[in-house]
Amino acid sequence: MREFRIWGLLPAQILMVATLIVPVLIIVAVSFATRGPYGGFDFVPTTAAYRQILFTEGWSGEVEFNPQYLIIIARTVLLATLTTLICMVLAFPVAYWITLQKRTARTILLVAVTLPFWVSMIVRVYAWLIILGNDGVIEKTLRLTGITDDIGSLLFNNRAMLVGMVYSYIPLMILPVFASIEKLDPALIEASHDLHASRAVTLRRVILPLCWPGLAAGAILVFVPSLGAVLEPILLGGGKIMMMGNLIQMQFGGARNWPFGAAVAIMLMCVVMAFLLFNGLRAMRKAVGEMA
Amino acid sequence: MSHRHDVRRYRGLGPFAALFFLWLYLPIAVVIFYSFNENRLVSVWSGFSLKWYAAAFNNDALMNAVRTSLIVAVIATTCATIIALMAALVLIRAEGVRFRRISETIVNLPLVLPEIVLAVAVLILFSQIGLANGFLKLAIAHTTFCTPFAFLPIRARLQGMETDFEDASADLYASSWTTFRRVTLPLIAPGVFAGAMLAFVISMDDFITSNMLNSGGATTLPVYIFGLIRQGTTPELNAISTLIILVSLGVAALALFIQSRGGSMTDG
Repeated sequence: MREFRIWGLLPAQILMVATLIVPVLIIVAVSFATRGPYGGFDFVPTTAAYRQILFTEGWSGEVEFNPQYLIIIARTVLLATLTTLICMVLAFPVAYWITLQKRTARTILLVAVTLPFWVSMIVRVYAWLIILGNDGVIEKTLRLTGITDDIGSLLFNNRAMLVGMVYSYIPLMILPVFASIEKLDPALIEASHDLHASRAVTLRRVILPLCWPGLAAGAILVFVPSLGAVLEPILLGGGKIMMMGNLIQMQFGGARNWPFGAAVAIMLMCVVMAFLLFNGLRAMRKAVGEMA
Repeated sequence: MSHRHDVRRYRGLGPFAALFFLWLYLPIAVVIFYSFNENRLVSVWSGFSLKWYAAAFNNDALMNAVRTSLIVAVIATTCATIIALMAALVLIRAEGVRFRRISETIVNLPLVLPEIVLAVAVLILFSQIGLANGFLKLAIAHTTFCTPFAFLPIRARLQGMETDFEDASADLYASSWTTFRRVTLPLIAPGVFAGAMLAFVISMDDFITSNMLNSGGATTLPVYIFGLIRQGTTPELNAISTLIILVSLGVAALALFIQSRGGSMTDG
C-alpha cells in the first residue's frame, strides 16, 4: 500500500501544531507577560508570575516568602502519587483474580470493570458528593448501626478528594495490568513452586516483576490526569483545599490573572515531563539490562 | 487439578474482588436510588416519586445543554475519526515515512498532557486570534483531544491485519481509492467504529476544556450539571444523572456488541 502518501498525516499534524504545540509556546510567553487590568495580558516581559509562586508582596511593597502555592504544588504531587499507588494496590489483585476466571466470566468481568468508566465523570464525582455529604449514606449507616454519632465532615478534605480520584481513574489501571497478567506464563509460577518458593516469594520475585510493564503503563495513565484533576478538588475538596488544576482554572476565571495561571500550568507540565522522563528512563534501563 | 491446590490462586482474592465490585457500583446505585426520592433534600427519603424526571424533561436549559453537547460531540467525532484514520493509514501502511515515531507522538500528544493545560492553551489561542463563536471553539478543541482516542483503536486494528487482501485488490487493477473503499475500510470498520465511539464519549464527558471555553450560549451538559451541583444537590440532579447513566451504559453496550460481532466476523 504505497498509495498512502505523507499528505494523509498533514491534517493530524496541522491540528496538533495549531491547537496544541503553538498554544503551549504561547502559554510560556504569557507566563512571562504582565497581567492585564481586566484579565488577559500585555506583552511586557516580567518574571512576576513566577515570583508570585514563591513570594507575596505586602501592601507597603515588602516582599515576603510565602509557601502557600508551594504547598498546593506539593499537595498535588502527593495526592496524584497516592492515587496512583492506591489504584495499583486495588487493581492488581482484582485484575489477577479476573485472569483466573473462565473465558466467558473473564470477558463479562472486564466489561463490568470498564462500564462505570463510560458514565460521565461529573456524575461519578457527584455520586461521591452524595455518599460523603452531610447526612449522606455513610453518615446514616454509621448512625443507624450505632457505631458513632460524631464522625465530623467526610467531605471537603484531602481524603474525600483521594477517594474521588481513585474512583475516577481506577479502570485506567486495571486494563493494562490485566493485559500484563494475562500474558504471564503459568508454567513460571509452577516452576517457582517446584523450587519450593512460597506463594509470597513467588508473588514478589516472579509475578510482580513480570507484570511491572502493565503497572508502569497504568501508572502513567492514572498519574497524568490525577495531576491535572479539577472536578475532584472543586466538588469534593470544596474549592478551599486546592490542587494545581483548580488553581490554574481560577486564574482564568474569577481571579483573572492569566500570567500566573500560565506559570502554574508550565509548572504542572514540568512535573508531568519529569515523571514521563523518569518512567521512560527506567523502562529504557530495564530494556538495556535485558539485552546484557 | 483441584482449585485448592492450584498454585496460581491466592487466598482472599475472591472476597477482595467482590468488595471491589461493590465499591465500583455502589455510588452509581445510590445516585439512581435517590433519583426516585419525593423529597427536595436528596438524602432525606420521604417516598417514591417520578416528579424529578418530569422536572428534568421540562427543564429547557438542560435540553439546550444536551443539544449543545450532542452537536459538538458529533462534529468533533466526525472530524477526529477522519483525521485519525488518515494518520493511522499513513503511519502503519505507507512506506518511506520519515520521523514515524515522532509523528505518532504528535498525534497522541493530548494523552500525555494534563487536560487543564490543553484547556488553557486553546483558551489563550482563541482569545489571541479573536475567535468568538462558542460552538466553533468547542468543536475545534474537542477535535484535538478526541483525535488520539479515535486513533488508537484504528491503529491497533490496522496493525493486526495482513496486507494480503489489499495486495490482491491492487493486483486486480483496482485503484487505490477503490481498494481503500472496498477492501481496507470494511476490514478495519470495527476499529474505526470503536475509535469513533470512544471519541464521542470523551467529547460528551468533557468538563475541563468546555468549562474553560464556556461562553456565548455554548454550555455543554457536564458544564451545566456542574453549575447545578454548585447551587446544591437536589433529586433532579439525581434524575438527570440517572438518565445520563442509562444512556452511557446503553451506548457502551452497543459499542461492545458491535465490536465483538466485528471481531468474530474477521476471526472466522
